[in-house]
Amino acid sequence: MRSFEGSRGATKGSMSKNGAVLRIEDLHVAVDGKEIVNGLSLAVPSGEVHAIMGPNGSGKSTLANALMGHPRYQVASGRVYLKGEDITELPPQERARRGLFLAMQYPTAIPGVTMVNFLRAALKAVQGRDVPVREFRQRLQEALALLKMDESFARRYVNDGFSGGEKKRAEVLQMSILRPTMAVLDETDSGLDIDALRTVAEGINALRTPAAGEDQAPMGVLLITHYQRILNYVTPDRVHVLYKGRIVRSGGSELASELEAKGYDWITDAVDAEGDGANPSKGGDGE
Amino acid sequence: MTTTKNAGDIVSGYKYGWHDPEFKPVNAPRKGLDREVVTQISELKGEPQWMRDFRLRALDIFESKPMPTGFWGGNIEGYPLDFQDIYYYVKPMEGQGKTWEDVPEEIKRTFDKLGIPEAERKFLAGVGAQYDSEVVYHKIREDLEKLGVVFLDMDGGLREHEDIVKQYFGTIVPPADNKFAALNSAVWSGGSFVYVPAGVKVDIPLQAYFRINTENMGQFERTLIIAEPGSYVHYVEGCTAPTYSNDSLHSAVVEIIVKKGARVRYTTIQNWSTNVYNLVTKRAAAYQDAVMEWVDGNLGSKLTMKYPSVFLMEPGAHGEILSLAFAGPGQHQDAGGKVVHVAPNTTSTIVSKSISKGGGRTSYRGLLKVYPGAKNVKSTVRCDALLLDADSRSDTYPVMEIDEEQVTIQHEATVSKVGEEQLFYLQSRGIDETEATKMIVNGFVEPIVKELPMEYAIELNRLIELQMEGSVG
Repeated sequence: MRSFEGSRGATKGSMSKNGAVLRIEDLHVAVDGKEIVNGLSLAVPSGEVHAIMGPNGSGKSTLANALMGHPRYQVASGRVYLKGEDITELPPQERARRGLFLAMQYPTAIPGVTMVNFLRAALKAVQGRDVPVREFRQRLQEALALLKMDESFARRYVNDGFSGGEKKRAEVLQMSILRPTMAVLDETDSGLDIDALRTVAEGINALRTPAAGEDQAPMGVLLITHYQRILNYVTPDRVHVLYKGRIVRSGGSELASELEAKGYDWITDAVDAEGDGANPSKGGDGE
Repeated sequence: MTTTKNAGDIVSGYKYGWHDPEFKPVNAPRKGLDREVVTQISELKGEPQWMRDFRLRALDIFESKPMPTGFWGGNIEGYPLDFQDIYYYVKPMEGQGKTWEDVPEEIKRTFDKLGIPEAERKFLAGVGAQYDSEVVYHKIREDLEKLGVVFLDMDGGLREHEDIVKQYFGTIVPPADNKFAALNSAVWSGGSFVYVPAGVKVDIPLQAYFRINTENMGQFERTLIIAEPGSYVHYVEGCTAPTYSNDSLHSAVVEIIVKKGARVRYTTIQNWSTNVYNLVTKRAAAYQDAVMEWVDGNLGSKLTMKYPSVFLMEPGAHGEILSLAFAGPGQHQDAGGKVVHVAPNTTSTIVSKSISKGGGRTSYRGLLKVYPGAKNVKSTVRCDALLLDADSRSDTYPVMEIDEEQVTIQHEATVSKVGEEQLFYLQSRGIDETEATKMIVNGFVEPIVKELPMEYAIELNRLIELQMEGSVG
């Protein structure tokens, strides 16, 4: 098992006994010079699911992209630790190789590149070794079965001409093959009908515990969503409300139900009423 | 091996830039172009009088025409191309090899190194190999020969099938078509003559390979392909040259006649060294229900100006042009295609994919012309350009002359940079930037590469990879 020795500076008590697989400290992120995330701190212990909810423009997608190291999302200050290692300055591929995964809200098409070739290259890259064809095939078939996808899917070009639902399934398919230790899911539930949502949720749940014989810590999940819907299938250990680039409230899974019933206004109004004069831009294009 | 390597090639990744210093031509070539040179070429070849006259008329046309400054390749003026500093005829050997053992050792080892005899054994129906001005080796599978398929060098075609050559030569691309067609008509040497009898289908490709060895060389191959009704042939050409500090010129003319219900596919993998001017005129006439397909890959040369054309002469004819261009540092690929719909109920597709990197320049130049009365014409033109960096350039010059109203024309053009989002997506899956860029480029050219026989697809992907590596260092 890996140890998580790098929990220095973390507030004791908020950490689970497993240590945090992902830890964010006072993160500030700017896009095109405009600060969207300002002062966000969070720790996701191994094996836990943390939901991040918030109204449009609260900075959810900015957070997701910054965690993966997208060049357009500039970290102005703060640190991000993965399994205790500071990854704030690392390029995306190095983060991926250390076990971080981002299921994107808007996956990009790569015309002419088949899913199967792409997945093989990605698996080789994250594992740092040539994966035998048989092993790869087995993983691919298992993942396809898990997500109830046809084998012909693997021969299609990456995200090219995929429906919204197919794109989201393809993201979880990749996650299933790459087996990260920390997954950030950016609105993976949006655009899915109820059956697809259930399938995707089952996929996520299945991946939370490592396969038998795998020497790997249980996966941590940061589940970014606008709606409470998916949380009926993937039960969060913690729910955080993001507003104006910061976490303004945290609670257990019951907080999600409360948000579902009451909307966000009762929280955002309270935050605004506090008259936080230091709060900068409203971050309207932060999604 | 006594071939000489060029230091610049090691940087650029070009693997064919060596030359053979031991090679000695069997004639005494001199530089420059005049009536004497043209007459000498014809005399050395022992040609009939009509061909000699054809050459001399073409020379007059060449001399009277200004350098092209019009739309079709208006950019050659800026290049220091000196017609008097070129060898027009370098004869590599007496006669021609029927087996590779007949070919002089210093020439054979060049083709060995290029893998031609090996490819011939593995997957080709026939091979022609041209070295400077003449075809040194030519062979076609016996069973095809028995079916009446003719695959000779152009000079052999003229000797053995003079009546056919006289009937078609210069009818699809007349000498007056453009200055370089006139030049080729005056000094042509080598190239292929292909004749496929009615109903005969040549199931695996015929290949011609063109190699320049001599510095300041001008290579002027001339190819004529005649596909009789209901026949099929796939002709493939490849080419390379040594890297010299002085420029060479390759100026070919290709004429193809595709008769009723026949199909011809012509595939080019052009990989000249970056000191070669590649100024080529290629044109086909397709008759009733015939199919003409150009698959035109341009990776090498300093400047290429080439726009394979199809004239759709009778109803039901279909033309297809797939153009792939890759321009690296110092290269300009001015490529594209032309389709002329003369008859009603004809269809065409043009797909162009170009990649520019390291300051390289690609241009798509295309013509789509529909004659009055050519009703129910359907045509799709798609050109996509990919820029690998900010220094590179791509331009699109599509021309449409549609003189008929009952037509369906689609045209789409895109220019994209290797996208930040695409790179990020692949990198977020652990793939590094170099590998990610390669994947994006390979995916970009996939629609064309997948049309090639496997061996050529592998070769083309490998060449693109080499060019990409050249850009990283």
